[in-house]
Amino acid sequence: MTDRHNEMQDIPEAVSEPRRRFSVQLVWIIPIVAAIIGLSIAAKAWIDRGETITISFKTGEGLEAGKTKLKYKDVMIGEVKSIAISNDRSHVVVTAEVSKDAKGLMVKDTRFWVVRARISGGNVTGLTTLLGGSYIGVEAGASTELRDHFVGLESPPAVSMDVPGRQFVLHTDDVGSLYTGSPVFFRRMQVGQVIATDLDKDGKGVSVRIFIRSPYDRFVTTDTFFWHASGVDLSVSPNGVKLNTESMLAVLLGGISFEQRPNAPETQAAPANTAYTLYATHDEALKNSVVSEKFALQFRESVRGLAVGAPVDLRGVTVGEVTNIDVTLDRSRSDFSVAVEIQFYPEHLLSHLHAGREGLLPSPGSVQTHKLLDDLVAHGFRAQIKSGSLLTGQLYVALDFVPGARPARIDWNAAPPRFPTVPGSMEKLQKNLTEIVQKIEKLPLEKLAGDAGHTLRSLDDTLKSADQLLKNMDRSLVPEAKSVLTETRTTLEDVRKTLTEARGTLGGASQVLSADAPVQVDLRDTMREVSRAAQSLRVLGDYLEQHPEALIRGKKEEK
Amino acid sequence: MTAPAPIAASRGLCSCHVCQLVSRRDQRAQVAHCPRCGARLHFRRPGSVQRCWALIIASYILYIPANALVMMETGSLISYRKDTIVSGVVHLWRTGSWMIAVIVFVASVAIPLLKLFSLTLLLISVQRRSTWSPRQRTRLYRLVEAVGRWSMLDIYVVTLLAALVQLGSMATVKAGPAAVAFGAVVVLTMFATMEFDPRLIWDPLQKEEFHD
Repeated sequence: MTDRHNEMQDIPEAVSEPRRRFSVQLVWIIPIVAAIIGLSIAAKAWIDRGETITISFKTGEGLEAGKTKLKYKDVMIGEVKSIAISNDRSHVVVTAEVSKDAKGLMVKDTRFWVVRARISGGNVTGLTTLLGGSYIGVEAGASTELRDHFVGLESPPAVSMDVPGRQFVLHTDDVGSLYTGSPVFFRRMQVGQVIATDLDKDGKGVSVRIFIRSPYDRFVTTDTFFWHASGVDLSVSPNGVKLNTESMLAVLLGGISFEQRPNAPETQAAPANTAYTLYATHDEALKNSVVSEKFALQFRESVRGLAVGAPVDLRGVTVGEVTNIDVTLDRSRSDFSVAVEIQFYPEHLLSHLHAGREGLLPSPGSVQTHKLLDDLVAHGFRAQIKSGSLLTGQLYVALDFVPGARPARIDWNAAPPRFPTVPGSMEKLQKNLTEIVQKIEKLPLEKLAGDAGHTLRSLDDTLKSADQLLKNMDRSLVPEAKSVLTETRTTLEDVRKTLTEARGTLGGASQVLSADAPVQVDLRDTMREVSRAAQSLRVLGDYLEQHPEALIRGKKEEK
Repeated sequence: MTAPAPIAASRGLCSCHVCQLVSRRDQRAQVAHCPRCGARLHFRRPGSVQRCWALIIASYILYIPANALVMMETGSLISYRKDTIVSGVVHLWRTGSWMIAVIVFVASVAIPLLKLFSLTLLLISVQRRSTWSPRQRTRLYRLVEAVGRWSMLDIYVVTLLAALVQLGSMATVKAGPAAVAFGAVVVLTMFATMEFDPRLIWDPLQKEEFHD
């Protein structure tokens, strides 16, 4: 104990001081500050919290929860939080959180689409998505009605809402090489693009929705026509080979061109969403821009080489085209006839007739037009098939006045009205040939030859007797030279008699050989016919030798 | 335990925190100073439990934003990511870096949390003057102290990357707000550990109370 006490003595005494009052530890500031920081962060998060929206898409391709961003004008405004499949499994529902400042964008007509790399319409979009992955593009709507569920677009809107311009609808048979984003050209300048292509409800055509940027949209008037500017238009027609191209961009990627109808009067700009027909080519558009009239033509001859689209030609001017070719059975005549339907643009014709009197142009289908056509037909205006090109063997329908045509008239009651026709040149040639052959066949060549032989034999006999007579005369004259003078008179008488006889004989002969002798006439006619036939055959032969293809393709048009 | 071993405090002895001089001290309510260096003398670290509580509560509070907020923003040509600690771990796990995921999880989530829980347990047991296995509790304290600085792993990674990876639009790494909170949690728990006086674990065995 003492030891311990001693040890304790060694230990120095602490310096004492009166106890201070208990004070609050300053350290408590730390948790208070932490709490304030935590609360302020929580409060900020709560204030800044975004809005949760859902967007439904057909597929979730390229979308990833927690990664895919929502971008408005390429600025990130939100992020995909989760992707779920809808209850009916038909689409995916994307839940996304949109930042606070973009909350106002989430209105009724805001559009969403998935931005992926696309190469279309001559422009490459979304290239960054190749590396960075897809994102959801947002386009703000104009509405003020807030929404939190949206249906996403399957393809990016071709035209953003804030670009001024107007939309139009084009109807066509097939969409060709058009797709969303295809350019629309006006005078080969791009002024718009295709924003949608849709099959018509009945499946019989395609509706193409296009957008023309302002201010070019004012060039779309009620008189505008549209055609496919896609690709290269190589056409082989009776006019030859024709190559038509649009701008290189259109050639490569397709597109639509439009143009004002030529000579169109000043027209108002068409209202938005006006429907137009989209024609295959510029030519077709030009042809169809005029209202047409349909006619049916009936031919008994072969129309091999006549195709739908073949021109209807009036002295070299195309005034229509063949729209349909059909074979019909004519029961009353037990024969087939070919019904060719043509589309005739009387305005082409009439406008020429009425040049300079535009106001008086009878519109197609009107009574005036009918009357005019009736008049023309009465004067021999007919349709016939002609060979357009020896090279391609194509036929066309020619309209012209045919002299000596049988009277006919247009059957306006038929639908479509029936236009009178005359056989074409090929048929005429065939008919002539057949007739010639038939005539040759009919000739009694053997009998004629026999008759001729007989006639020649009797002529020979006559000549022989005449020869004998002369010989006799000679014989009786020489030995009795001296008595010649005495007997001259008698001899002369004899001679005269003989001569008279000879004359008679010769008269008989000449009677036989006279030009108007029936045999002679027959023979001559026959010979002439034969020679004509031979000539025709030679001509045909020559022609066929030079143009053997005529047997297949028909005769070349006479120049 | 029959007779408890004598301890300094029960003999009125007190060591200086600064110069480690042991001096006798009057047990009654008085403030004492070291006779050699003049530093204040305490039998036990004053307000240890209270300070420790304050720091631990602050850590608990900051632990929430540290895990909820973005720790690291990585932007590259290909992608842009914002990762919290947990999402980073999940990402690492998903992409096949299981080892790294485990390391990050242990260093950044498990260890701070275990530290907090351990300190809380120690504080509660000390306040309740619990006599329950003081040796184990001391061992726990040592572990908490030893492991303390190693939970800074995440901060090291983020600060290093943020400093190194700045290639403009090609790739950037930015520390998020969670890094600050996380750093604060780590530092505060370290302070709390320092503040905690392990002698308090053994005091209940002495049936005496020591103040100051």
